[in-house]
Amino acid sequence: MPNGAGSRLVSGHPPIAPASRPALQYLALAAVLVLLALPAVLTSYAVTVFILIFFYAFLGQAWNVVGGYAGQLSMGHAAFVGVGGYTAAMLSSELHLTPWLGMLVGGALAAVLGAVIGYLGFRFGLRGFYFVLLTVAFAEVCRILVSNIDALGGAIGLYITFTGDPRQFQFQDARAYYYVALALMLLATGVVALLERRRFGIYLGAIREDEGACEALGVDTFKYKMLAMIVSSFLTGVGGTFYAFYLFSLQPNSMFGIPLSVEIIIRPIVGGAGTLLGPILGSFILTPLGELSRLSLGHGGYHGLHLVAYGVLLVAVVLFLPQGAYPYLARVLRRRDA
Amino acid sequence: MAVGLTLIFGVMRVVNFAHGDMMVWGMYVTFLLASRAGVDPYVAFGAAAAALFVLGLVVQRGLVDRVLDAPHEMQILLMLGVALILENTALLAFGPEPTRARSTLAAATIWLGPVFVDVARLIAFGVALALTAALWLFLFRTELGRLMRATADNTFGALVIGTDVRRVYAVAFGVGAACVGAAGALVAPILPWEPATGLSLSVASFNIVIIGGMGSLLGAFVGGLLVSVAESLGAVFLQPSLKELASFSLLILILLFRPAGLFGNGRDG
Repeated sequence: MPNGAGSRLVSGHPPIAPASRPALQYLALAAVLVLLALPAVLTSYAVTVFILIFFYAFLGQAWNVVGGYAGQLSMGHAAFVGVGGYTAAMLSSELHLTPWLGMLVGGALAAVLGAVIGYLGFRFGLRGFYFVLLTVAFAEVCRILVSNIDALGGAIGLYITFTGDPRQFQFQDARAYYYVALALMLLATGVVALLERRRFGIYLGAIREDEGACEALGVDTFKYKMLAMIVSSFLTGVGGTFYAFYLFSLQPNSMFGIPLSVEIIIRPIVGGAGTLLGPILGSFILTPLGELSRLSLGHGGYHGLHLVAYGVLLVAVVLFLPQGAYPYLARVLRRRDA
Repeated sequence: MAVGLTLIFGVMRVVNFAHGDMMVWGMYVTFLLASRAGVDPYVAFGAAAAALFVLGLVVQRGLVDRVLDAPHEMQILLMLGVALILENTALLAFGPEPTRARSTLAAATIWLGPVFVDVARLIAFGVALALTAALWLFLFRTELGRLMRATADNTFGALVIGTDVRRVYAVAFGVGAACVGAAGALVAPILPWEPATGLSLSVASFNIVIIGGMGSLLGAFVGGLLVSVAESLGAVFLQPSLKELASFSLLILILLFRPAGLFGNGRDG
């Protein structure tokens, strides 16, 4: 592979704009229609798997804004999930504010945290590994703080009483979660698709490729990186609300922990960071893989198998497909077209 | 173990995310030898170091070597993948329950002047000192050690004078991993561990290395002391469960104001 190990994390290829080709546009439309109709024929287990696929694709897409397009490798995105989830859960239980609004408040608070991390990281010029560590450190600080605040449930966490009331973001029918998760995924993808073609998205890609050159050309790289971080953390915070109300429980270790951050970034990386469809493709590859290994090997103590598989995939992607699966797939398809 | 990390990072500028998981494997090697063959953990530590040396060499030759010229992000992700594999194969092989290696020596405690000390901790501390000293001798008094420092200092220059840089890298990674394995064996009788411990160990050792300064042996040592002092102070003045907060806050401050670390050489990784 000529552009194998030596090339960048994310694509240096000219942007693949599938939406600009009518055939692909129809294909995307058809895919959405199929996904809309799918729950009618799926078993309830399959619905669960699809919910997870959509949800992780959504989180991956949110991460993609700052991690993929802007090339700022954040490994602390779990912090935003946690802040969003806890905010909505507390607002709902203490102030009886519906999570439909709490979700936005949670997203906003997550965005504030994102802005703080971004401000410190970008203002002090932390790059590469140092930025990674900064994000990890902030997520860990949040996790430790929340584990120690009794009002937030401490280390045990919070539980949400199930009422089955849609106004409380709770549904009797799992298929409702399916549609909410699908909507979230499409929403985030829509946002990214909009950003991608504007000046904002183009600047982000330029920052990723050569930040120094951008600055030399007068691009306010700080401003655009901050914006990317804020958009990304807002969306991730919204996702946190879904996570909390889908699981009915919030625990500091699972909402703020490093393993969740890894789950968030691995899908867009495998699928193709900095591409519109990469996170979705990555989630369609990895989520069922995880579920499958969990299902087929059951509870017989083979709990870590899917993570071994994730690790192998991650290593393989880094070595052989550093741009991720989607750009590769797109190239193959285009070659066939021609 | 921070010493091992600092060696790998210092020489190769590769961030080894699998560090803690390698240490956990060192612990399991010790545990297997202790429980199956009845070898005392303190005797098994040579074997653990050797096993990890080989593991480090394999990871370096097979994987890291191929992304050395790639940007840092790629290396981080690669090592993250390795970490996932190591941690979860340990989970598959040994299960999620906490394990502990028993040593007849570890049960003993002695009075050392006015303080009451675990023999196990004393041995661990002594051997850690000895290892650091040995590593220092290796780096500063042997030919290979000199080449290693030269490579860390100026890879291109080292190439020009005919250094086999790849061999240096392989040895650095192997020695770094061996240090970690030895550290694992030493800690095995003191701390119970489980496969998930690897992650927190990795994070803790990054703290130490960043605070002390990337690529500085002295820094790694001082960083280790600083982190434990900060955590003890945090435990005393806040509450025990908040002690990690102190070291993470310290980490954030150091990252912002002195990213090269207290004893770093000022170059940005």
